[in-house]
Amino acid sequence: MVTNIAAIFQKQIKDTFKNKEIFIQFIMFPILTIIMEHAVKIDGMPPHFFVNLFAVMYIGMAPLTCMAAVISEEKEKNTLRVLLMSNVKPVEYLLGIGGNIWAICMLGAGVIGVCGEYRGGIFGRFMFIMAVGTLVSILIGAAIGIWSKNQMTATSITVPVMLVFSFLPMISIFNTKMEKLAAITYSGQISRLLDKMEISTESMAVMVFNMAAAMVLFGYAYRKRGLE
Amino acid sequence: MEYSIDISNIGHEYDGKKVLDGINLQIGSGEVLGLLGPSGAGKTTLIKILTGQIEQIRGNAVILGKDTRKFKGSDFKKLGIMMDNFGVYERLSCYDNLKLFARIYGIPQEKINETLSDMGLRKAGKTLAMNLSKGMRSRLILARVLMINPSILFLDEPTSGLDPASREHIHRLILKEKEKGITICLSTHNMMEAEKLCDHIALLHEGNIIEYGSPAEICRKYNHQKKIKIHLYNGKDIELFNDKSSARIVEHYLANEMMETIHSTEPTLEAVFMELTGRGLE
Repeated sequence: MVTNIAAIFQKQIKDTFKNKEIFIQFIMFPILTIIMEHAVKIDGMPPHFFVNLFAVMYIGMAPLTCMAAVISEEKEKNTLRVLLMSNVKPVEYLLGIGGNIWAICMLGAGVIGVCGEYRGGIFGRFMFIMAVGTLVSILIGAAIGIWSKNQMTATSITVPVMLVFSFLPMISIFNTKMEKLAAITYSGQISRLLDKMEISTESMAVMVFNMAAAMVLFGYAYRKRGLE
Repeated sequence: MEYSIDISNIGHEYDGKKVLDGINLQIGSGEVLGLLGPSGAGKTTLIKILTGQIEQIRGNAVILGKDTRKFKGSDFKKLGIMMDNFGVYERLSCYDNLKLFARIYGIPQEKINETLSDMGLRKAGKTLAMNLSKGMRSRLILARVLMINPSILFLDEPTSGLDPASREHIHRLILKEKEKGITICLSTHNMMEAEKLCDHIALLHEGNIIEYGSPAEICRKYNHQKKIKIHLYNGKDIELFNDKSSARIVEHYLANEMMETIHSTEPTLEAVFMELTGRGLE
């Protein structure tokens, strides 16, 4: 099992660096954070404004779109079928791809965290929040990838989902109704957690609920469509 | 006798439309079976059933003693499957494409270069799959299949859309596996390919086997003319009945060294298919 996961993980690393569409997702927000955090200084702006804003967007976009894109591409080109007919179990494939995306996202999160000058325990909390959020996004992305027959379908589903989770926390700053809505989403709670840098029970409960919902969604998509 | 492939009364439908109906076939170890028929004859569906990709509606398919409906992951290790629509990792090199499967199958890394050399892809080892020609891509897919040393090969239209040189290259590779005694089941609509590679041929038409046998047997069976064609050095073409009435004439041509070529008039597989179905193989 470990061998197969490692083989797929390694394959995905090589593929990611040669896939511009995917690679840009991983580096776009860390680079934007570095630029904006150092270039824009406005009086009265909350501390780490861009760090937290882009961190939430990063979680809402990169893992979700990449997971959906990779799975749907493999389905479309029948490479996934070849893998599954080579004694690779679906769980090994998903762990290999998901693990790879999670690891790269954590590197990106690390860059954002360092940019925000988080150190010690606060940096650890920041990474923990990012890790959990990335995991939820990966599950949603996997569900979309599994549900879609090809990349075009995956993109058409991913874009609205990604926009909701990425921009809802930002829009909620200006609208109380949106704030209520954002409060029940994992990205909204991540935004709150990053603002306060305190892991509250309410936030964790919402995150766990979101993760459970993502797992149900993933399970439903897998049972209905499988990886074929 | 236990057959490598044992198919009995296989039937399958797509959306209520019959695509396979009562297929029976037995293939012994080391045999090469060709499924010959035009597009839509049911060749790919049959291969998909035999490789456990889809389940048939009726009948049984047993591969190496195991029902294809009970195939588990480890059973696929014995099968080399090359489907027409199987892809490669476009952004990975030929070497990396094979490396992934070498790791999954626990094949030593040295075997990768060996396989690439066998396939004539050694120089293209570092080339990304997206930059390969269609022929090279087919060889890469075949390399992935052969690297695992399968007991049975299933090849679905292995030379479809290839230029003559690439087709010849793939033929050589298949014949090499045949020499090793690997059981091969290949689908094609190319009668020359079938004649060249296969021990036995099943002519498929609208989901039914309409004729089965060795290519020579089938052609002999439908040789209604029973004539011989002779070309003489003086440029004349002569057609004679293939019986004792022609013996003295042939003897005369031979004795006087007049005969340049002599051929029997049995039909081609394509002509047999035309006779049986009223349509061609393409």
